[in-house]
Amino acid sequence: MKTSFFRAVSAIVRKDLRIEFRSRELISMMGLFALLSILVFSFALELDRIARQEAISGVLWVTVIFASILGLNRSLAAERDQGNLDAMLLAPIDRPAVFIGKLVGNFLFSLLVGLALLPVMAALYNVNMIQPWVLLVLTLGTLGFSAIGTVLATMTVQTRTRESLLPIVLLPIALPVLLAAVRATTNILSGAPQDEWIAWPQILLVLDVIYLTLCVLLFEYVVEE
Amino acid sequence: MTAVKSMSLSTADPAAAAPARPRLLTILTIVTPIALVISLYVALFVARTEVDQGDVQRLFYIHLPAFFGGFFAFTATVVGGIAYLRTRNAKWDRLAVAGVEVGLALSLINLLTGMFWARPIWNTWWTWDPRLTAEAIMVLTYFAYLMLRAGIDNADTRRRFAAIYGVLAFTTVIITLVITRIRPDTIHPVVVGPSVQTEAQGMFDIQATEGVRLALYTGFIPWAVLIPVTLMWYRVRLEALAERAALLKSRLLER
Amino acid sequence: MNAAPLIEVTGLVKAFDLLPILRKLDLTIYRGEFVALLGANGAGKSTLLRMLAGMSKPSAGVIKVGGWELPGEAHAVRSQIGVVSHKALVYEALSARENLRFFGQLYNLAPTALDGRIDDLLGQVGLGKRGDDLVRTYSRGMLQRLTIARALIHNPDILLLDEPYTGLDVDAAGVLDELLRNAHREGRTIVMTTHDLARVPGLVSRVVILARGVIGLDTPTIGMDSVRLSQIYTEVTSMASAR
Repeated sequence: MKTSFFRAVSAIVRKDLRIEFRSRELISMMGLFALLSILVFSFALELDRIARQEAISGVLWVTVIFASILGLNRSLAAERDQGNLDAMLLAPIDRPAVFIGKLVGNFLFSLLVGLALLPVMAALYNVNMIQPWVLLVLTLGTLGFSAIGTVLATMTVQTRTRESLLPIVLLPIALPVLLAAVRATTNILSGAPQDEWIAWPQILLVLDVIYLTLCVLLFEYVVEE
Repeated sequence: MTAVKSMSLSTADPAAAAPARPRLLTILTIVTPIALVISLYVALFVARTEVDQGDVQRLFYIHLPAFFGGFFAFTATVVGGIAYLRTRNAKWDRLAVAGVEVGLALSLINLLTGMFWARPIWNTWWTWDPRLTAEAIMVLTYFAYLMLRAGIDNADTRRRFAAIYGVLAFTTVIITLVITRIRPDTIHPVVVGPSVQTEAQGMFDIQATEGVRLALYTGFIPWAVLIPVTLMWYRVRLEALAERAALLKSRLLER
Repeated sequence: MNAAPLIEVTGLVKAFDLLPILRKLDLTIYRGEFVALLGANGAGKSTLLRMLAGMSKPSAGVIKVGGWELPGEAHAVRSQIGVVSHKALVYEALSARENLRFFGQLYNLAPTALDGRIDDLLGQVGLGKRGDDLVRTYSRGMLQRLTIARALIHNPDILLLDEPYTGLDVDAAGVLDELLRNAHREGRTIVMTTHDLARVPGLVSRVVILARGVIGLDTPTIGMDSVRLSQIYTEVTSMASAR
């Protein structure tokens, strides 16, 4: 009678991907924003060769995170507008399945924007961005951020202030993830020996586990009256 | 935690007359200022002046206990939040919001005393040290908690979402606590407990100067225990009164 | 009438913000009934419906649907309930067919049977030709047809409708009448909240009027016309507010 966890998650993910591949609204909006952000940073910080080394990972992460916030708001607002979140919850599926289903979509879009930025930034700043460790840190960082973001966006789209509230409640909670991700990326890009910075990806992994667990446990209360 | 549990949070009929002030609260109201005066006296006159830092080191007797007072209050927010999610009884939400407001006040005292101390010792009001940054993030998170509450009209949704956010926000408190272990490059002194620091500035030995320990302990009694408990208790009662007023108003309008 | 009760509500209490919306409500609905829930705004109609659908937890009391108890056996209850609200509950960026397939998967319908079921349903609600068009190109009436099809995808015994006539024009409301009559004829039990008193007597078999959180009146609609119903409704609700 009950729908299996995996089937529910995969249905939700495929639904989100189908909508996105058809309109490409979300990904083009996030991508364009990310490009603009990179350019604005370049002008504002006058990124010369030395400044680049220090600032480039910060620019990458701030850009990815603000692009993700755009995506999160859109993704959850779409579930609210026609009452679709309720419609999903009316089905005999576990509540965490709804969370994981939405999370996978949001995570994939954020990761995609981050991945697309790497060659762009590599070309613009002449830094070797495409390294296995950078890809791993990008994956871990966007995963943790998307998890917290999915829970909080589900809440904020139901508030009076709606979309504008998300960055305010999300950024401080997600800052540990952001901090660990930035430190890891900076160190990897600087070419320092691995044992000097390996702690950062490890911390990031631990934070991901903690936040994912918390989010799965708390999401049920977000959607259950 | 026993102090939190013993608070009279419940009001069976919300419109019934507010219960009279419990005797324990009256006692707390008298004891708290006395303990505060005693701790100030010990901090200012009993403890010897620290050799390297001078009188400004005495701020420490407020600084550290106030942080733990904030920690205590934010813990009450987590307890209240989890209990609210399980029971859906509004009294727990009152505890949660009281915890946030009192915790914020004590954290700000902690930050301010830290800044006054840092001005002569570090020669700056503020530095982007890991622990300072972590605490600044923590304070902003709890301001965001208040903004989230303000943004939700439906009272049940507001309590539910606030409870969830109160639990998530506590991660920033834990990070503020443990960051000196994760990031040993902090210059913030670790006075209590084993220190792994290399660059700490403004360190002092808790054993070296006579009266430091005593002043610290007498500081803990008001700042970390009595003040948060008493203030939260009053705040819980205030919230209950506000809810009762709103209820009576809506009953009037219903007629 | 079948003697086995399908929905049993006993001593139901729901309080929002300490204000009781429902106060010890008892209600039994039998298989095959078409019940209209009436009452003023804030009388608790929608709240009751949300609790029957397992979307909201009671403050006290027992709800049993088809022998399963809420909220403990919510999944069993959910799979026999279809819900229609004044929101569309479908994705505008998907076609009707894609919407139905998505919700069919959530209701654990066998993949092999799903396509056939969707074709049947689209035909039943008269969307056979437009099934592959995006929902955002639909008229209000077509959207209503799809909403009903979505609620019926898993062939539920029970349909819960929350103000389904809100925002519908005359044509779309006529379509809804017809779809509901069909669903009722197929043997489904229907519970509907509405403000549209004129529609009720010709459509439903039983009227339940909520007033001040309890049942003010519970009566079959046999031999009742809309004028009589309006009279009764005014009496019951004004009596309740005078109390």
